[in-house]
Amino acid sequence: MRGGREVLHGVTFDVPRGSILGLLGPSGCGKTTLLRAIVGVQHVAGGAVDVLGEPAGSPGLRRRVGYATQTPAVYADLTVAENLRYFASVLRAPRDDPARVIDEVGLGRHRDQTTGTLSGGQLSRVNLAVALLGAPELLVLDEPTVGLDPVLRQELWELFRALAEGGATLIVSSHVMDEAGRTDRLLLMREGGILADGTPEGLRERTGTSDLEAAFLQLITEKAGSLT
Amino acid sequence: MSFAVTFATTRRILAQLRHDHRTLALLIAVPTLLMILLRYVFDQGPMFDRIGPMLLGLFPFTVMFVVASVATLRERTTGTLERLMTMPLAKLDLLLGYALAFGVFALVQVGVVLAISLTWLGLDLNGSLGSLVLVSLLDAVLGMALGLFSSAFARSEFQAVQFLPAFVLPQLLLCGLIVPRDSMASWLQAISDVLPLTYAVEAMREISDSAEFTGTLTLDVAVMAAFTVAALLLGAATLRRKTP
Repeated sequence: MRGGREVLHGVTFDVPRGSILGLLGPSGCGKTTLLRAIVGVQHVAGGAVDVLGEPAGSPGLRRRVGYATQTPAVYADLTVAENLRYFASVLRAPRDDPARVIDEVGLGRHRDQTTGTLSGGQLSRVNLAVALLGAPELLVLDEPTVGLDPVLRQELWELFRALAEGGATLIVSSHVMDEAGRTDRLLLMREGGILADGTPEGLRERTGTSDLEAAFLQLITEKAGSLT
Repeated sequence: MSFAVTFATTRRILAQLRHDHRTLALLIAVPTLLMILLRYVFDQGPMFDRIGPMLLGLFPFTVMFVVASVATLRERTTGTLERLMTMPLAKLDLLLGYALAFGVFALVQVGVVLAISLTWLGLDLNGSLGSLVLVSLLDAVLGMALGLFSSAFARSEFQAVQFLPAFVLPQLLLCGLIVPRDSMASWLQAISDVLPLTYAVEAMREISDSAEFTGTLTLDVAVMAAFTVAALLLGAATLRRKTP
C-alpha cells in the first residue's frame, strides 16, 4: 500500500547473493514501492519482506543495506565531500570511504563543489555514492542511471558488475530496456505485478525476439490473450 | 544513540549555515538592529532596561523556531530524513545534533546582541550574565524543538513560515510583555499559564530585576526545561522510519 492505494499484488521473488537483479517496467508500475518495501521504509499492508535473513527495515540491516532513491536525497547546500563525510560518520564507515566512493562514481573533480550547483547527472551520482558508503551487502538503487550519458552509464554498469563480483547483491530499477541486458536476472513489472521473471537470454528465447523491448511487448500481448 | 553521530550531525548543520552567508548575517544583524531601534524608540534608560532583556529572550526563541521548522521541513521534503532513517542513526542523535548546533548559534547571536546592548546601548542588568545566557540558550532550544515538531504538520515552506505567527504571536500577546499578566482576564491568564514563552519572559524579567538567582527564576528555568524535553519528545514522535 502506498499513499492509501494498493500498488503491489502477488509479487514473490528471491535474489541470490552476488548477483544483479534488474527491475524493469514503465513509470508507475510499482518499482519504487517494491524497492521501498525491500529497504523497509514502506509500510507493508500484507506479506513478508525478508532481507539478508532479517525482516526488512530491522535495525541490524541499517548498515548492511545501501539505498539510493530516484530523487537525490543529499544536502544541496553542502559540498560533495561534506555530504559524503557526514553520511559516512552516520554509517561509521572507514575514514577513507568518502574518497573511495567519490572516485568510484567519477566525481573527483567536483569534490569541493556545492552539491546544489551540480548537473542532474552529477547529482544522481552523489546520491549513488552515498549508497556505496560502508560497502553494504545489498544495494538498492532506484533508477541510478537516469540522465547520464552512454559513456557514464557504461562505467556505472561496470562498477555494479565489479561490486557484484565482490559479493554484493544489487537490485537496480530502470525503465530503459537496453540496460536490462546487463543484469543477471530480470523482473518485468507492469501494473503492480510481475509480468516475467528470468535471465535476459531466457526472456529473449521464450518470446523469440532479439531485443528486450520487443520481448516486453510480446509478453503483454500474451498476457492479454490468455485472459480473454 | 552515539556521541560521534550526534556531533557529526551538529557539524553538518553548522556547515550548512556557514555556506549560507545571507542567513547567517540576518540571524545576527536583525536582533541587533531591533535592539538598537528599541533603545532609541523608548529613548529612556529605565524603560529600555525593563523591556530589553525580555526581547533578548524572545529573539533566540523566534529565530530558532523559524530556522528549525524550515530546515527540518527541507529534510523531510528532499528525502534526506528518510535516508537518515534507513541508516544507524538514533532519532535522539538527530534531535540533539540540531539542539547543539542551534545552541551554538544562539550563543553567538545572544553574545553579539548582549555585547552591543551592554556597551553602546547602556543596558543596565541587575542579574548575572551567566543566568541570562542560560535562559537564552533554553529559549533557543525550546524554539528549535517546537519548530521541528511543527514542521511535521507543514507540507510546504509557505505553510511552515505561517506557523510562526500562529505559534509565536499569541504567546507574545499573552506572555506579559505587552500587558502585565495580573491585569488580564482570568481565562487569558489561564491560557498564558500553559504557554512556554510566559516563563521565558518572566525569567528574563527576574534576571533584569534581581541580582540573585531567585526562586521564581528557578521555577521558570525548570518549566522551560520541561517544555523543551516535551517538545523534543513530540518532535521525535514525528520522525518516522516507515511511511505509508
